[in-house]
Amino acid sequence: MIAVRRRTQVAFVAPALILLSGVTVYPLLHVVWLSLRRRLLIFDIDRFVGLSNYRRLLGDDRFLSALANTAYFCGVSVALELVLGVSVALVLNRVRRARGVVMAIVLLPWAIPTVVSAKMWAWMFSADYGVLNYLLGRPVNWLGSPFWALNAAILMDVWKTTPFVVLLVMAALKEIPEDLYRAVRVDGAGRIGTFWYVTLPLVAPMLVIVAVFRTLDAVRVFDAVFVLTGGGPAGTTETLSVYAYELLFQTLQFGYGSTVALSVFLIALLLTGGYLLVLRRLPSRL
Amino acid sequence: MTLHEGGLWGLRVSALVLVVGFAIGPIAWQLITSFKTDAALVRLPPFWPEPWTTANYEAVVQEPSLLRVLMNTLIVAGCSTACSLVLGACAAFSLSVLRIRGAQWILAGVLAVSMFPPIATVSPLYLVVRFLGLRDSLLALILLDSTFALPLGIWVMANFFRNLPPEVYAAARVDGCSVSGAFVRVVLPLSAPGLFATAILVFIFAWNEFLLALTITVTTASRTVPVAIAMFPGLHEIPWGEIAAASIVMTTPIVVLVFFFQRRIIEGLTMGSVKG
Repeated sequence: MIAVRRRTQVAFVAPALILLSGVTVYPLLHVVWLSLRRRLLIFDIDRFVGLSNYRRLLGDDRFLSALANTAYFCGVSVALELVLGVSVALVLNRVRRARGVVMAIVLLPWAIPTVVSAKMWAWMFSADYGVLNYLLGRPVNWLGSPFWALNAAILMDVWKTTPFVVLLVMAALKEIPEDLYRAVRVDGAGRIGTFWYVTLPLVAPMLVIVAVFRTLDAVRVFDAVFVLTGGGPAGTTETLSVYAYELLFQTLQFGYGSTVALSVFLIALLLTGGYLLVLRRLPSRL
Repeated sequence: MTLHEGGLWGLRVSALVLVVGFAIGPIAWQLITSFKTDAALVRLPPFWPEPWTTANYEAVVQEPSLLRVLMNTLIVAGCSTACSLVLGACAAFSLSVLRIRGAQWILAGVLAVSMFPPIATVSPLYLVVRFLGLRDSLLALILLDSTFALPLGIWVMANFFRNLPPEVYAAARVDGCSVSGAFVRVVLPLSAPGLFATAILVFIFAWNEFLLALTITVTTASRTVPVAIAMFPGLHEIPWGEIAAASIVMTTPIVVLVFFFQRRIIEGLTMGSVKG
């Protein structure tokens, strides 16, 4: 190896790290500080209140309902995306002709802005003139009923982010040696057996990684819900990010709003820790 | 082909049709909607526009803010891409080729940072941006977007650089190149596909970013596409036809990118998450 001075190595990596610390690490520390204060931008109130914002969280029904909504959104959407992602990957894996066009079409939902897809789905979900009710042949009040609204947001999220899961699962499928399939077939395994005993275990580590990415994305879900339902009807779809945003920028409560925002970070941190434990227990890849 | 295999083939084709239909259906419906008259929007059936109209597109194009919004987004996405590509490539070079001590830790830290929920940092960022007098400016958005895209860029490029044969860099140094000379003249050109993949991903990310843009923009002066679509003005009723036309116009650049560069995008996405 050719020697490089440490100073040179540092010089190359420093600008990126400085920018990252300034724009992500520093604000995180600042948000912790804000979460310990009562700060109202309109009234010029700004004083230290210790942990009282955290105590307020526990008695705040709107926070608890946002927490429940986020948990439901996260659990259901990630589970659906993983199951659908594996199925679609298996289907697309067989495509030989026009593969490029097919992959581009499947990528489209992932690539277009979430805001645009939320508007698109809002129009399709429209109770009176929506194409979904027309195709179903029955009037479902998608965005107006507390039960359907959150599920509608999940449906949109699944449409939008399953392509990402598909791509990564396809990358994992490519790594499985063809010989392995042949060997299993010689041993007399059927299609279901092959999937259950070969494909799934070999794709599992990738699925955990994808699950981490998707879960952390779903925990902080903002655009999809904010534009599709605005948290309504009557707060039944409000997620933690949407609630934090409203506290911060509609009622300008920068102290308590930061506490709610920080809770999203803490939940993400806990979940990451949980996934790391799972990942460690999986047998390493072949 | 036996009957059984024929059935399986049919099953596969119908599954494929279902997948492709589900992916493109909503976008196709948006396209159909954009050609409908206001009167036709509240009637279903007919499924297809009767009559076809380009009135929605005319209304959207005549809106003076459309060009502003598109230019803003192009500037923000373009500059953010350039900025995070330069900084990310340098950092990735130090982390992979130069093997800086503690590279694993730095990479892990960068990955951790990329998982911060934006909502958790948006309140201090807003205060700082306001303090610096940068509210409603493209500069603030460029700075924030390029930083939030940096972790992805660093990871993808570090993986690309690591896949280069190490002799390439060593040979350049032996031949008398300085460290930066070897970086600019040898490592970068050889990783052009990786740089390109990163660029497309960052561009799409910055084009679509919503939360930060929503908090920082006040007027159309710095409004980007997602904010413009989310705040689409409607006096009494929601103008679905015009929203559809505007969405089509404003996402066409992304759709074109996907169709031309789907292989690069897929490559970049898998590089960014697999090799960890």
